[in-house]
Amino acid sequence: MSEHVNALDVIDLTAGYGRIQVLHGVSFSVPVGTIVALLGPNGAGKTTTLNCIAGLIDPMGGHVHIGGHHLNGAAPDRLARAGLCTIPEGRGIFPNLTVAENIDLFAFAAQASPKEIQERAFSQFPRLAERRTQLAGKLSGGEQQMLAMARALSSDPALLLLDELSMGLAPKIVEDLYEIVGEIGRSGVSVLVVEQFARRALAVAQLGIVMVQGRVTALGEPADIEGELSAAYLGGAA
Amino acid sequence: MSSFVSFTIIGIVLGSTYAIAASGLVLTYATSNVFNFAHGAVGMVMTFLYWELYVHQGWPVWFVLPFILLIVAPAFGLVMELLIMRRLTTANTTTQLGVTVGLMVALIGAGQLIWKPGGRRVDAFFNGSKVSFGVVNVTAQQFITLGLALAVALGLYVLLNRTRIGTAMRAVVDNRELLALHGARPNVLSGLAWALGSSLAALTGILLAPQLNFDHTTLTFLVVSAYAGAMVGRLKSLPLTFVGAIALGLLTEYGQWLYTELPTSWITDSEGVIYGLKNSLPTIFLLGVMLVLPQEKLRVGRVTGTKLPRIPSWRTTMLWSAALLGGSYLLTGAMGEANNARFGQTMCLPLIMLSLVLLVGYGGDVSLCQLSFVGVGALVVARGFDIPFTGLGFHSQISPLSIVTAFLLTAVVGAIVALPALRLRGLYIGLGTLAIAGAMDRSVFESGLVGFGAQGSTIQVTRPSWLSTERSFALAVVVAFVVTAWIILAIRRSKYGRILLATRDSQAACATLGFSTTMTRVAVFAMSAGLAGVAGVFFAGMSVTPGTLNFYFFQNLPLLLFAIVFGVTSVTGVLTGGFVYGCITSTFIVGQHPDLVGLAYIVVLVMLRLLVNNPNGLVGLLFDQSRRIMSRPDAVSAPPGSAAAREPYPATAGLGLEAPVGSA
Repeated sequence: MSEHVNALDVIDLTAGYGRIQVLHGVSFSVPVGTIVALLGPNGAGKTTTLNCIAGLIDPMGGHVHIGGHHLNGAAPDRLARAGLCTIPEGRGIFPNLTVAENIDLFAFAAQASPKEIQERAFSQFPRLAERRTQLAGKLSGGEQQMLAMARALSSDPALLLLDELSMGLAPKIVEDLYEIVGEIGRSGVSVLVVEQFARRALAVAQLGIVMVQGRVTALGEPADIEGELSAAYLGGAA
Repeated sequence: MSSFVSFTIIGIVLGSTYAIAASGLVLTYATSNVFNFAHGAVGMVMTFLYWELYVHQGWPVWFVLPFILLIVAPAFGLVMELLIMRRLTTANTTTQLGVTVGLMVALIGAGQLIWKPGGRRVDAFFNGSKVSFGVVNVTAQQFITLGLALAVALGLYVLLNRTRIGTAMRAVVDNRELLALHGARPNVLSGLAWALGSSLAALTGILLAPQLNFDHTTLTFLVVSAYAGAMVGRLKSLPLTFVGAIALGLLTEYGQWLYTELPTSWITDSEGVIYGLKNSLPTIFLLGVMLVLPQEKLRVGRVTGTKLPRIPSWRTTMLWSAALLGGSYLLTGAMGEANNARFGQTMCLPLIMLSLVLLVGYGGDVSLCQLSFVGVGALVVARGFDIPFTGLGFHSQISPLSIVTAFLLTAVVGAIVALPALRLRGLYIGLGTLAIAGAMDRSVFESGLVGFGAQGSTIQVTRPSWLSTERSFALAVVVAFVVTAWIILAIRRSKYGRILLATRDSQAACATLGFSTTMTRVAVFAMSAGLAGVAGVFFAGMSVTPGTLNFYFFQNLPLLLFAIVFGVTSVTGVLTGGFVYGCITSTFIVGQHPDLVGLAYIVVLVMLRLLVNNPNGLVGLLFDQSRRIMSRPDAVSAPPGSAAAREPYPATAGLGLEAPVGSA
């Protein structure tokens, strides 16, 4: 991959549900090897943007390029096999399967062998190894998020999409999780992380994007977007 | 003693066949969340195909068996998944039930079109050769059945628990979208499950064929017994399903054994009750299983609300009522007595379906024993009785007193049925009420003690003298329809109607508001049953000779099916649905063209495709269209949040009720 190709380009994306349009021309890029935080208040269209990229929602207009390839309308499973790892909001795990079975499923998209994947996941999160035969639904919230993150760690994605990592978790656990996100970023994976709690995400991100009411209102390094960010959260831009 | 051992062996073999059928059901349910009522019908069609190729065309059996089990049946399963089941995984239970029942009815229809009913038989494998173990003989067929059941059990267990494909198949149910994000192909996985399931259905049919009289419905309904086995494993666990199926097989055969050992005087004295009980053992087993199933927890955080059709104003109701009455008056005036009788019988079906509006349409419950309530109503008036201490009574005659009595008694029966059903929800209620209907057939309607008498018996009913002509009684049925419709609309407008709708949308929310959802549901069951009972009185009066065959439990399925297809949420929906169903079955067409019945069912199946995202049925679609045409000017391209987005009838379906709140 050449230096000039971005991991992700979103160009003039519009999308919505039924007659309600949610995204009104969203454009941004994720350079290779960077962590980008997508921020904004409730209802800004962050998750919708992410779902469009992951192939879960068909956009109404605009383009999504991943690694320079135009990928509008591709099925989510094809994108996943091509190296896109999406961890959806609210723990991306299967509650009625055991921890080991959940990890077993990572192998569909990964290049590594199932055995290798399991070793990597368990060495990163020893807690999961202890609970391997437990149903994933019976784990604590933090452990469930660990299991979801284990997929990102063990499958070597080209691009990682993370939605609302902190939802319903204790601050200490969120801190740990963001440390892992930082690690993943340092290993060379490009990451787009959607977050409502901006400070936490900006601590690890190199770039930040602020969205309000389906539009990008600011884009730049964490220090540069501070002003726009507080305006968005305090309702100044609404 | 030797007879006991042989019954044990037969029981285990029968249980093994049930186990094969049930594991197919469990496999498809566990991977797609769709309970396939057509499972048996698929087996039936495949068995007929087996007969056609093997017996009729004379192809060698070593070719026919693999051809059907490995190619035709799996291909059929794949097509089913592709065209229908894939779209059903997220639909509500009523729609799922309607569509799979529709498929079943259509398959029976198609089967009857292609293979006309009539004597067919298939020989047992190896021509029934036997191995003798002292006192008992075991046939080659029985050995094969046992071996295959064990192989299926083991194979499925390994597939689902020891392979990644199997793990992914179970993951599909948990979260289809997430599995796609993992890079697996959910559609391929569920296709595989349906292919396997359909192959297992075919295997069951072929194994059972030599022991049965070979006809469309017997083969289709044997699988009903398999439901009971699957319920033991709560439709999820394969090992428990096998245990359940074997237990059921043994129970059935031990029942048979006991029956042969009982003194004959007991059996004749019981006027068919013991015989009925013996034959309804599978359904009684199913009921028992449902009673010990753990109660379903209230679901929290899920908005299932569907938009119901607008309640018509009193003025509109009045106009339509007058039009219906006037139209019927003119129509019956123009037709002869024979056609008036047919018209009256046809109009009984909308009247019966009205009771479903209350229960299924407004209440969101499912009942597959509504026709049994109708039967109870008919039975009350047909047998007649004296009301104690009042000196009042009636004997096989229609009168206001018999209508009131039928309403009260059937309502009580409905409340009793509701009690066990209340612990359940959705699909389980459907299966439970179907089991109740099956048990009522055998142990109530067919008993000489309280019912009509042995299968096929009827009892003569007399009409009041001023309603003695066919025309006058047909008009009475129409009047009854109008009155019941007014009652139902009044309930819908009342406070109770709003509570009912709220209960349907979210039991959890109602519970937190302090409503007793139990009382609401018992009341709606009782009321709906009572109305069905009243419909039963009119049905009895219209047909003059009601009997067991009118209330056969199988007919509950098309009854609900037509109600759902045309719109069980509105009075107009059941009026058209009932009328069409009535025309197809009871009267105008069947008399002259029995072939058309199968065809009509296939047409209904095609219509079902429209239904998947449209719980208000065909009539609901019409309502939507007419409203769209009338309100076109202001509804086009309104920006979000504007007046149009808050209009009284927003396009709720696409507005994100199903989108997670706050995710945008």
